[in-house]
Amino acid sequence: MDTVADQTERLGKLEGMGCSRKRREDPRFIQGKGNYVDDIKMPGMLFGVMVRSPYAHARIKKIDTSKAKAHPGVYAVLTAEDLKPLKLHWMPTLAGDVQAVLADEKVSFQNQEVAFVVAEDRYVAADAAELVEVEYEPLPVVIDPFKALAPDAPVIRDDLQGKDTGSHGARKHHNHIFNWEVGDRDKTERVFADAEVTVKQDMLYPRVHPCPLETCGCVASFDKIRGDLTVYITSQAPHVVRTVVGLLSTIPESKIRIISPDIGGGFGNKVGVYPGYVAAIVASIVLGRPVKWIESRQENLTTTAFARDYHMTGELAADKDGRIKALRVKVIADHGAFDACADPTKYPAGLFHVCTGSYDIPNAFVSVDGVYTNKFPGGVAYRCSFRVTEAVYLVERMIDTLALKLGIDRAEIRKRNFIRKDQFPYATPLGLEYDSGDYAPALDKVLAAMDYQGLLAEQAKKRADPDSPTLMGIGICTFTEIVGAGPSKNCDILGIGMFDSCEIRVHPDGSAIARMGTITQGQGHQTTYAQIIATETGIPASMIHTEEGDTATAPYGLGTYGSRSTPVAGAAVANASRKIREKARQIAAHLLEVAPDDLEFDLDQFRVKGVPGKAKSMKEIAWAAYNNVPPGMEHGLEAVDYYDPPNFTFPFGAYMCVLDIDRHTGETQVRRFYALDDCGTRINPMIIEGQIHGGLTEGFAVAMGQQMPYDDEGNVMGSTLMDYFVPTSMETPKWETDFTVTPSPHHPIGAKGVAESPHVGSIPCFTSAVVDAFSHLGVTHMNMPHSSYRVWQQCQALGIAN
Amino acid sequence: MIPKPFEYHSPQSLGDAVAMLQQYGDEAKLLAGGHSLLPMMKLRFAMPSHLIDLNRIPDLAGVSESGNEIRIGAMTTENQLIWSELLQRKLPLLVEAARLIADPQVRYRGTIGGDIAHGDPGNDHPALMLTLDASFVLAGANGERVVPASEFFLGTYYTAMNPDEIMTQIRIPVPPQGTGWCYAKLKRKTGDFAAAAAAVLLQMKGDTCTGVAIGLTNLGPTALRASDAEAALTGQPLTADAIEAAAQKVMAICEPAADLRGDETYKTAMAGEMFRKAIRTAMERCTR
Ligand SMILES: Cc1cc2nc3c(=O)[nH]c(=O)nc-3n(C[C@H](O)[C@H](O)[C@H](O)COP(=O)(O)OP(=O)(O)OC[C@H]3O[C@@H](n4cnc5c(N)ncnc54)[C@H](O)[C@@H]3O)c2cc1C
Repeated sequence: MDTVADQTERLGKLEGMGCSRKRREDPRFIQGKGNYVDDIKMPGMLFGVMVRSPYAHARIKKIDTSKAKAHPGVYAVLTAEDLKPLKLHWMPTLAGDVQAVLADEKVSFQNQEVAFVVAEDRYVAADAAELVEVEYEPLPVVIDPFKALAPDAPVIRDDLQGKDTGSHGARKHHNHIFNWEVGDRDKTERVFADAEVTVKQDMLYPRVHPCPLETCGCVASFDKIRGDLTVYITSQAPHVVRTVVGLLSTIPESKIRIISPDIGGGFGNKVGVYPGYVAAIVASIVLGRPVKWIESRQENLTTTAFARDYHMTGELAADKDGRIKALRVKVIADHGAFDACADPTKYPAGLFHVCTGSYDIPNAFVSVDGVYTNKFPGGVAYRCSFRVTEAVYLVERMIDTLALKLGIDRAEIRKRNFIRKDQFPYATPLGLEYDSGDYAPALDKVLAAMDYQGLLAEQAKKRADPDSPTLMGIGICTFTEIVGAGPSKNCDILGIGMFDSCEIRVHPDGSAIARMGTITQGQGHQTTYAQIIATETGIPASMIHTEEGDTATAPYGLGTYGSRSTPVAGAAVANASRKIREKARQIAAHLLEVAPDDLEFDLDQFRVKGVPGKAKSMKEIAWAAYNNVPPGMEHGLEAVDYYDPPNFTFPFGAYMCVLDIDRHTGETQVRRFYALDDCGTRINPMIIEGQIHGGLTEGFAVAMGQQMPYDDEGNVMGSTLMDYFVPTSMETPKWETDFTVTPSPHHPIGAKGVAESPHVGSIPCFTSAVVDAFSHLGVTHMNMPHSSYRVWQQCQALGIAN
Repeated sequence: MIPKPFEYHSPQSLGDAVAMLQQYGDEAKLLAGGHSLLPMMKLRFAMPSHLIDLNRIPDLAGVSESGNEIRIGAMTTENQLIWSELLQRKLPLLVEAARLIADPQVRYRGTIGGDIAHGDPGNDHPALMLTLDASFVLAGANGERVVPASEFFLGTYYTAMNPDEIMTQIRIPVPPQGTGWCYAKLKRKTGDFAAAAAAVLLQMKGDTCTGVAIGLTNLGPTALRASDAEAALTGQPLTADAIEAAAQKVMAICEPAADLRGDETYKTAMAGEMFRKAIRTAMERCTR
């Protein structure tokens, strides 16, 4: 008893935090036994298809639905006229704007929803959709957000005419949405005026799309007899959807059940509420039958929630040694035709103000203007916390630019500016408080692992050889992320604080069920939450069933995006577990006839301090909770926790990329990519590595190829996976991962969140490497995507392509 | 993403298929691997009322040798081309190119006949067929005719095939022993069509080029044969200057359409680049 071997065996059985427990969700996915929204089939279910606008901007003269309605198998054709009496032709967005559910007199982006055809199956619906006749009068189109702000620019939002304030303050132009400023403008100006050195760089973070493998969709089922509504939906935030549906429909939330079944990736694309959902719900209420709506790939890529589209100008003021004195940023944010960003209410530019990065920059000022254009709405956090990729991209590009201007090595300049370990908790000039970090050792570890000096020497040799067919680039990124939204004092969605929740019930046999307000979409929550509970309560992870996504059973939570599950719901899981452990202690004390303080928790049991062999296992305690509790104690063993984090968490990392560019074709070959991540306490190293691989791959996709381009008429180009770059294993580089551990001081288990860091951190790292390949030729910045074509154009411009 | 309704037919013989084509005329389309046709139907660019599936007709697939000629059934899939030992030995150019077409899923179903008959300049087989001096056996109501590749590709999605004809076989003369080959294809990712691609077959004696064939993919309204470049090289020592001069002649005939892969300038430059790459590799593979 109590041998090392015994301890190891019990620890192994527990499968708690720190072990690479295999993912519980995989057996069903690998066997094709997942249950996605499109797998849901209900008796009498009908199918809805959207009729969409071919024009980016047009007045609707007439909609004739008679032929479509007469088509055999068609049950309804809805237009804005049909929704008007219900006041559902417009809906509120999460950003405080409104969005047309079905176009009301005009369309403002290509593929905008115009009519909703409901038929007995999707084939009939598709045929009937073609029979809806819409007469358009095309209007002038504006795609460029700078042109959208010209005095005579076409009016995109007729419904807002005359409204000179929006939900984020004054609007200074008919296509202007908001201006958001943060930091000390005057002081920053003064520092710039006196600076020894300044640099300035314009950059575009292009419009991209999260492109989850599973497109968006829902099955809405209104039961006319019971008066309740059930919606199966691909949602990253089912509880928020319930509240929104309640507000829109005036059905009480108690009669609405939202179920997010298995989700095939979200990446921010599945946070908002889309016209298709509303149309399907209305159709179900009207027809009294379940209605399914599932996007096609093209619909997904061109209508539901894009990301980024930030036109940024960054400026740094520094001294001659490269010590940064101030940062100034101006952003023109293209939000498309409706402002449907999913940000905490207070922050129309999300958490962009993390843009001072890992550096001790004393002064900063940021100004962001949101602008309407004739493009589809969105502006969501694509595998990142709200606008953090944009922020990190900006500061990382700027520090590279400064290094170039001063001729200081890019690793060295970072070290000169890092926030030191002893400065944490660190207050940034833009109002954030970083919880913990230890940046320099992380970078040093990467420099050593990659033999940075050796790489520089090799690069110098290549640069000296005019016949070298390839250009070699080294990229560096030392990023700080901000995740875990968030403290409810700062963060809410539609007025609901961004807490999260967990409810755990331990059954008499010592197994348990746990439910959270989040929803897994590939992150492996079923696996990792159980590990937290296992460590905290002593119940083996294999005995814990976790469940999320059904609002009828799960406690209210704000959902999964912005890496908030572990920082927020994970904390609730730990706290609820601790409540259970405390009750278990009381029961154990009662059973062992000692005082609770005489007990110590030991993996899976409470034992009497100093008395070997006197212990009660969690299994025994669980049983006792149902038949032999201390006098005055309620039966049962369960706990609920709603966790409102005191702060965000700030994961960080140091990345390095080495690539070779064929100057004749512009093709880029990533030779090595080394990613060191510090996400605080590590719950499951295998899952962390998987998440990092995924994030790096999506970062690679964005940096090297993803873009949603438009022509001048507002046509979305490249709206299929032939053109929209989703890398396969053939294109994806080999990833090397590493870590340090700097726990969050304010999180119950010290965890910070990880799955988005690699996306946030890798993108500027790739740009850094590509630009570095050309930096000896005077290039300071190149906009993404770094496709062969665009890289070749750079070679061509420099006269080195032939 | 949902095609217009259509009638599906599955003839069991070539004769039945030809008869159906005659019966339904313009309303009908032949279905081979479906990897060009079905995407177009799903986008409702193609809306046939009758789909005549060639997959149940016996003897339309397979690779064989007849005298100095390789015969490939029109319904032979890319995957079958790749794994044909005969082709690996006698027409390695075709194997190399087939491996670069689309992705494994497409290659399991997509057929060489469909790839050629589709008339898409973005497809790889048309340029290969020009380079290899192939000819096509077309079966119609009045029997068979054989059309050389050089007379087959008339425009984008436009070939010398009559609407009631079915391609049954591809015939390719076996290149002389020692011929060097290469298909160089630039694409953005697995599963993409060529931004530019060049096929080269090369015979040499010592340093001198004794024969060369050059084909180009996705660089004009049809696949192209670069005859000027071929003429300039034939009989010449393959010096760097000679290759460069030929590259210029290759680029001179390109009329690519701009798309997201690149503009005309880029694609034309890449045609030159792919040609340079292909001829250098072909030289290495030549037995002189
Ligand atoms: C993602 C993707 C990537 C691709 N990339 C490439 C690429 O890189 N290179 C490339 O070459 N191709 C590419 N393709 C096209 C693919 O190779 C197709 O399979 C091929 O073009 C058509 O062959 P099929 O057998 O699928 O023909 P189908 O699609 O069935 O038919 C194509 C056309 O040819 C006609 N047809 C078919 N067979 C015959 C016949 N025997 N006689 C007369 N007419 C006939 C059909 O009626 C139809 O009009 C790609 C396709 C996809 C989906």
